[in-house]
Amino acid sequence: MELMEVFDIKVVILWTDGLVFLLTFLALFAIISMRSNPYLRRTWREVFRSKIGISAFVVLMAYITTGILDSFHFRAALENTENQTGTHYSGEVTSVLDMIIGQPHQHQEKTYSAPFSAFQFAKENIELPDGTIQRQYPRLKYGGSHLNEDTSDKVSDIIRRTFVSILWALLIWGCLVWLLIFLKARKSQNSMAKIGRQIWSGRTDIPWKVALIATGILILSISWFAQIADGYHIFGTDKVGNDVFYQAVKSIRTGLIVGTVTTLIMLPLAISLGIMAGYFRGWVDDVIQYLYTTLSSIPGVLLIAAAMLVLNVWIDNHPEHFPTAVQRADIRLLSLCIILGMTSWIGLCRLLRGETLKLRELGYVHAAQVFGVSNVQIIKRHFLPNLMHIVLITVVLDFSFLVLAEAVLSYLGIGVDPTTSSWGNMINAARLELAREPVVWWSLIAAFLFMFGLVLAANLFSDAVRRAFDPRGVS
Amino acid sequence: MFNYILRRLAYALPILLGVNIITFALFFVVITPNDMARLHLGDKHITQEQIQQWKHERGYDKPLFINKDSQGFDMVKETIFYQKSISLFFLDFGTSDADRRDINYDISQRMWPSLAIAVPTFIVGLLVNITMAMLLVFFRGTHIDTLGVVLTVILMSISSLFYIIAGQFLMSKLWHLAPISGYELGFDAWRFLILPVVIGVISGMGAGTRWYRSIFLEEINRDYVRTARAKGVPELKVLFKHVLQNAMIPILTGVVVVIPALFMGNLIMETFFAIPGLGSYTIEAIQSHDFSIVRSMVFLGSVLYIIGLIITDISYTWVDPRVRLS
Repeated sequence: MELMEVFDIKVVILWTDGLVFLLTFLALFAIISMRSNPYLRRTWREVFRSKIGISAFVVLMAYITTGILDSFHFRAALENTENQTGTHYSGEVTSVLDMIIGQPHQHQEKTYSAPFSAFQFAKENIELPDGTIQRQYPRLKYGGSHLNEDTSDKVSDIIRRTFVSILWALLIWGCLVWLLIFLKARKSQNSMAKIGRQIWSGRTDIPWKVALIATGILILSISWFAQIADGYHIFGTDKVGNDVFYQAVKSIRTGLIVGTVTTLIMLPLAISLGIMAGYFRGWVDDVIQYLYTTLSSIPGVLLIAAAMLVLNVWIDNHPEHFPTAVQRADIRLLSLCIILGMTSWIGLCRLLRGETLKLRELGYVHAAQVFGVSNVQIIKRHFLPNLMHIVLITVVLDFSFLVLAEAVLSYLGIGVDPTTSSWGNMINAARLELAREPVVWWSLIAAFLFMFGLVLAANLFSDAVRRAFDPRGVS
Repeated sequence: MFNYILRRLAYALPILLGVNIITFALFFVVITPNDMARLHLGDKHITQEQIQQWKHERGYDKPLFINKDSQGFDMVKETIFYQKSISLFFLDFGTSDADRRDINYDISQRMWPSLAIAVPTFIVGLLVNITMAMLLVFFRGTHIDTLGVVLTVILMSISSLFYIIAGQFLMSKLWHLAPISGYELGFDAWRFLILPVVIGVISGMGAGTRWYRSIFLEEINRDYVRTARAKGVPELKVLFKHVLQNAMIPILTGVVVVIPALFMGNLIMETFFAIPGLGSYTIEAIQSHDFSIVRSMVFLGSVLYIIGLIITDISYTWVDPRVRLS
């Protein structure tokens, strides 16, 4: 009972949240089932054996964790006022990530302020204690508000915070290193000192040293961000005074959802149609080929634009289905994924059809047919496992393309809802700021850095995956 | 050859009909003409008469598929489907929804600025990418190759929006090398074209170089390359003559199909640089909900794509005498 009062919340599951959970569940299921397959285990080991592959994986995991944490939504209970029956819940939907970040997401200033600044970016009329009015840069409400009058202690404060963050990072990282060594030592029946020396000298099969260094850098930067974001606006504030760093972090979920949910939507379509076209041939093949040739003949951006345009008008005309702004934004995000999925299944479908055409002429497929194994069973036993590497390579390759596409589409005004935080929306809002005098550069840089990190990690990881899984072995 | 092209064009008809039906379904069934009228007239204080008049002026007040008030062929002809969708097959795009301008005229005017940007970007990009890829292949296995591959991955990971924004900021605002945006008719246009072309080439360099490099690497270990080397042909000549010629088929597959689509212009480039081409035309139409322009551009885009596919097949015969079209 006590606990319930502390956590008095109303859980909100948005459509995309549900799909994120489904996706996480499917991924875990896939990992478990792959572990029992010696061939797949070996190939995945190959992926992680490359230093770049494992570092990219560490970075991707950090992004994914942030995205998943940002997908647990709830509405907090409002404080009870007198003569009120029952609990009322806040109209604002928050996520677990907001709770972890804590303060910064409520820290709204009046307008622009530079990174780490304690002052506003524009001058304002301020009434001095003696009654005169002077134009000067006012202090910010939150950013650097703990500093003294002339902010002379700013550097020492930042150094102190950096020092604290290094201590925290070392502590957490040390625990991780110890845990890894402990687990490996228990598994291989070796002493922990020996395993530690092996990792340190880089003589392990999987480059644990590189992985640990990557994790260490990541933990250090996260703890540094956490320490600094408490008292400053790391990437300044935007035109209406929102913390830019917080927005960039919140955009991670949008980017990940566009990159993964789109794939989730297009996979069943691409796999089933591709295999059907290649396996049954004849009129089935004709119909499916006609379908994808028609869709692919429409220029991608135009098809997406046309579909999004129509959908937006439809959503605007039917407000009764989407009572809150969050739900409307969510349905726009979902529809963007569906529409992107509708245009991106074609490439995979073509590849699968071609490969199926080759596979169906192989001896073991003929043998299965002669023995009277049903078509569904043949496809399940002989085709799906042999096509999985194509699916996997396409999925990881498409991911970074989709993240980049989201930014472009949002910039063109046909992407996610303007209220959803996304890198595209951030760039869109910031594009005129470079023309200002003096230049406001921080929103753009923040969006750039966060997006670049994700896409680069995804590209490097997909390279490693392709190298391991592509039987042609093209370097 | 002529028969082949004719047959391919006949195959294209059902595909274009499919495109037509998709756009028709999107723009007239999901969104009704009434919705369109309301979008254009604004939300408040509009009467049924105003909507009727708006629809009548643009010919949207006819029935969708069959007109029961007419006789004979007019039953099919006096419908939205015939007048707005089938007419696209004759490349008759009608008038725009917003200010009832002639879309055909607008396209004929605006395709030139689009081409002025897209063609130089395409040609320079092609040359730069192939040369870069050749250099990487020439230095394969060395640190230069590794460095180049890392660089291409980094270039690929940067959103095209950043290339444009950073390019405008650096080259126009800081260094004053080129005007930041705008366009001028005639030969003076070149000053406005430099920046978009340079940025277009750079933003396509990562993916392009990587793609050509993988194509060339597949060729590099073939027997004819070894023979050429054994004969004492210099490595650069091996690459630019033998390998390039033999890699033509995959290159043409990826390249030729986009040539007709150059007419459509680049949506993002043209909006950023305020170039009055077809790309910005499309974006303006999307933003002002001008469905008849969007519909026309979708159809035009698929026509150009199909033409691109046919030219691709024909181009195979130019580079590979073994290919015969029949």
